[in-house]
Amino acid sequence: MIPAAFDYVRASSVDDALRLLAEHGDDAKLLAGGHSLIPMMKLRLAAPAVLIDIAGIPQLDGIAASGGRVTIGALTKHAALAASDDLRKHAPALWDAANDLGDPQVRNRGTIGGASAHGDPSADYPAVLQALDATFTLAGKGGTREIRAAEFFLGMFETALGANELLTRIAFDAAPNSAYVKFHHPASHYAVVGAAVVLTLSGGTIAAARVAITGIGDAAFRAGGVESALQGVNPNDAVAVKAATAGAARGVQARADTFASASYRAAMADVFAARAVAKAASAR
Amino acid sequence: MAFTTMVGARIRRREDPRLITGRATYVDDVRQVGTVYAAFVRSPYGHAKITSIDTAQAKSDPHVLAVYTGEDLHHAHNLKASLPVAHKMPDLKTPPHYVLALDEARVVGEAVAIVVADSPYTARDAAEKVVVEYEQLPAVVDIEKAAAGPPYVHESLGTNVAFTMPFSAGDPDKAFAEADVTIKQRIVNQRVAPVPIEPRSMVASYDAGMQQLTLYSATQIPHLLRTQLAIALGLPENKIRVIAPEVGGGFGAKLNVYAEEVVVSWVAMQLERPVKYIETRSECFQAMIHGRDQIDDLEVAAKNDGTITALRLKITANMGAYHQLLTPVIPTLTMLMAHGCYKFENIAAEVVGVFTNTMSTDAYRGAGRPEATFFIERAIDMVAQRLKLDPVDVRRKNFIASSAFPHTTATGLTYDSGDYETTMDKALAIIDYAGLRKQQEELRKQGRYLGIGISTYVEVCGMGPSAAMPAAGWDSATIRVEPTGSITVLTGVSPHGQGQETTFAQIVADELGVPIDHVSVIHGDTDKVQYGVGTFGSRGTAVGGAALKLAIDTIQAKAVKIAAHQWEANPDDVEYRDGKMQVKGDPSKSMTTAEAGFLAFMGDKLPPGLEPGLDATRRFEPPNFVFPFGTHICVVEVDAQSGEVKFVKYLAVDDCGRLINPMIAEGQIHGGIAQGLSQALFEEVVYDGNGQLLTGTLMDYAIPHAEQVPHYELDHTVTPTTVNPLGIKGIGEAGTIGSTPAVANAVIDALAPFGVVHIDMPLKPEKLWAAMQAVPSNGSVR
Repeated sequence: MIPAAFDYVRASSVDDALRLLAEHGDDAKLLAGGHSLIPMMKLRLAAPAVLIDIAGIPQLDGIAASGGRVTIGALTKHAALAASDDLRKHAPALWDAANDLGDPQVRNRGTIGGASAHGDPSADYPAVLQALDATFTLAGKGGTREIRAAEFFLGMFETALGANELLTRIAFDAAPNSAYVKFHHPASHYAVVGAAVVLTLSGGTIAAARVAITGIGDAAFRAGGVESALQGVNPNDAVAVKAATAGAARGVQARADTFASASYRAAMADVFAARAVAKAASAR
Repeated sequence: MAFTTMVGARIRRREDPRLITGRATYVDDVRQVGTVYAAFVRSPYGHAKITSIDTAQAKSDPHVLAVYTGEDLHHAHNLKASLPVAHKMPDLKTPPHYVLALDEARVVGEAVAIVVADSPYTARDAAEKVVVEYEQLPAVVDIEKAAAGPPYVHESLGTNVAFTMPFSAGDPDKAFAEADVTIKQRIVNQRVAPVPIEPRSMVASYDAGMQQLTLYSATQIPHLLRTQLAIALGLPENKIRVIAPEVGGGFGAKLNVYAEEVVVSWVAMQLERPVKYIETRSECFQAMIHGRDQIDDLEVAAKNDGTITALRLKITANMGAYHQLLTPVIPTLTMLMAHGCYKFENIAAEVVGVFTNTMSTDAYRGAGRPEATFFIERAIDMVAQRLKLDPVDVRRKNFIASSAFPHTTATGLTYDSGDYETTMDKALAIIDYAGLRKQQEELRKQGRYLGIGISTYVEVCGMGPSAAMPAAGWDSATIRVEPTGSITVLTGVSPHGQGQETTFAQIVADELGVPIDHVSVIHGDTDKVQYGVGTFGSRGTAVGGAALKLAIDTIQAKAVKIAAHQWEANPDDVEYRDGKMQVKGDPSKSMTTAEAGFLAFMGDKLPPGLEPGLDATRRFEPPNFVFPFGTHICVVEVDAQSGEVKFVKYLAVDDCGRLINPMIAEGQIHGGIAQGLSQALFEEVVYDGNGQLLTGTLMDYAIPHAEQVPHYELDHTVTPTTVNPLGIKGIGEAGTIGSTPAVANAVIDALAPFGVVHIDMPLKPEKLWAAMQAVPSNGSVR
């Protein structure tokens, strides 16, 4: 609608962005696709004095898959992820999420890095990237550091990204048996519950599983109990999967809104985790 | 009709090229030199005393031209405008509704001050510099609590009850005493927001030299708005021009006179600058009228064979904090339509309108009739469920027979024409109802829950006979045959998506024998068009089109005289045939309307005594409403694990009499179904106990995306009406009215094995999931 006044600067490189961040300090916000930040500015829930536009920084865009490792530039747009055959093959969970996210306008502008760094508790990628056990590369003044997804998403709109850092890259091992399923909020289409599952299959049963859930708590989380319970389970045995995914949100303080209560959200974590297991095991 | 090539054809809307190529002019596209921009300061509280307003900081902003508060308008400038409510209810309480709050704000979003600055951005920034001190007062949001006693929304009234309207017909007590079965159910028809794509938008300018006010507004009623502005501003009505350019969705929400329209007009006069105000989506959620919001307490008496004998009904309707234009009238329509398409004679009803600290309710697509259709269609299903009868059979048993029309209901309406059973049977055959029931049974054994919902609706529209309306119910049309043969139609209705630039041109093209491209339909400008009442209540074609037909008759009669004079024939021997005039039985000579128009312009070859010119203005006063009807069947599957609802099928067989353009009628039905099913499944305006709006953005308030609505399968029957010379009924609201109960009945039918009788809308997954935690009665697995 009508945001407050702000200045706009364009970063030409990662170093330039870091310099601008240092210069403007807390008054500045990084702008990538803008599909989380700009709506908040229009509602005047955020009023940064300076927007540092990083969308034009070269070499932060693209998907590379080789040697069993997938590397994605932070400025890669949802639409590019959704259209990537590499991703469909090597990380269908992320491909699912990119395809099931927002609408064409959002997918054509929004980026994986921006969506991740925003730390929205109902966003899709935080679950997927935790299930993929992704590594985030953060550039700072003193060089770069790497951090695992499980340590990146800290809380509601809170990540491990420092005030003077820039997320540049996300990488993970290929996970061909993976899936993401999502219960859409009927208005926002964010996840009421989203479940991401990465399976290692061995002789028709689950040798290892990583399960992450978004939409329920203050941040997406790994469902450790479910991961261990899934070991040795035949993913096509609906009864066994249902038993193993029970209590997926155990120990997590579930949120409530006008659409879904906390207890319903928690119950849906089980249902959607089970669906994601079945989908991850199916040939696609 | 003379001959038909255009009427009945699925020709593309002539409006669409400009709309879909971005060449249309909406209010925000109106650019005038020197325009300044308004922003409103709005109450953040549901109920609060305004103790002080400090405008100094805002006024000192170099971008700001002016700031006005309610106090300024009321005292300093003597603008004592209270917004109008149109009604004929003798005991209605009508507390003042000032255009800017004076001393007290009674709803979140109520305008408290207006700031005018040199851009929309500086205006919004400056609005934040207006410091308003409030003293919070106790708010009341729950209708029943409000009806019972304090706190009062308007302390001076000493009550929150705006009106009580009892009604009784037949002998309901006797019918209940003799009933085999009675069913009592409370049905909540939740509050919804209209959410047009274009929010309320206006730009006012004042020509001080001519003393002329011009208001562009996204309105459905340019002339009625002009009249009300004249009253509110104390201006001669002929010094006000209202223009409704392209309007991006109305749905009844723009059938109103809003505070902002009055204030922005007044400010334009003060500043002698064009003042533009385009509300934000957040403001639209807060301060545009809402729809529905009734508690309907229902008791039905029936015989064991499914015959319904009586209805007891209490409608408790939320007015909101103030009356807007038609606020109290809406629930009275619910009572009038309580019968649906069923013939029971005994009814005891009461309508109670209650003030609360919420936005005013008013007309929203269907406006009072969807509520009636919803509860009567739910009641039919509940009777069927209780008596273990098929809901189709219960409907068939109670339908008003096709031979019984015109049929006067116990509530006093005279249904014009109908054939409910034929329409239902057509729908049942298309969808293979018997097969669906078999499939439902089989799936239930597998723990899958298919639901089949039927709604056989009838609604009242083509608003309407002036005697039965809160204000004028007629409408007008002018036809001008221009000297070179093109035809200009000026219609008093104000289409904003209904497609009358196309359908009216189709009628004229056929009747006057001109290519459709030679017909131009002009509307929505009070300086161009003769007074008209506007577009609402599915009246555009049923009333405005009927006026057009009268004007066509007048044009034809005069053209015939002109032609007869050329041929030295008796006018009685000249007729329109295939769009041309000829002497009856003699095709050797003919004359077109355009040729007659040219002669009428030249003026030298006219019969003695006949005035030059070929034009006519006519008005149509409808002798009755029209009553379109139909059968909607919805099939859903409810996921037993999550309560998610998946559409399997949606079929609508509607009957709105004769169709001018079936494609446009279908478009109206599509949009109507989308809004109706959305109420059933998704939409709900929620205020908390303090009157805070919890669903104030599109992130919280669900308007369905394309993927959330089913494919619509449509068919129709044709039962013409004699109420108007075109034989047509309205179709603008029927889709909304028919669809909500079809979807709800389907979802609740899916849950029947769990002993579910009724669940209130919106039928959110969580509610369904909770209901499905019961053990299913048929022993099926989950």
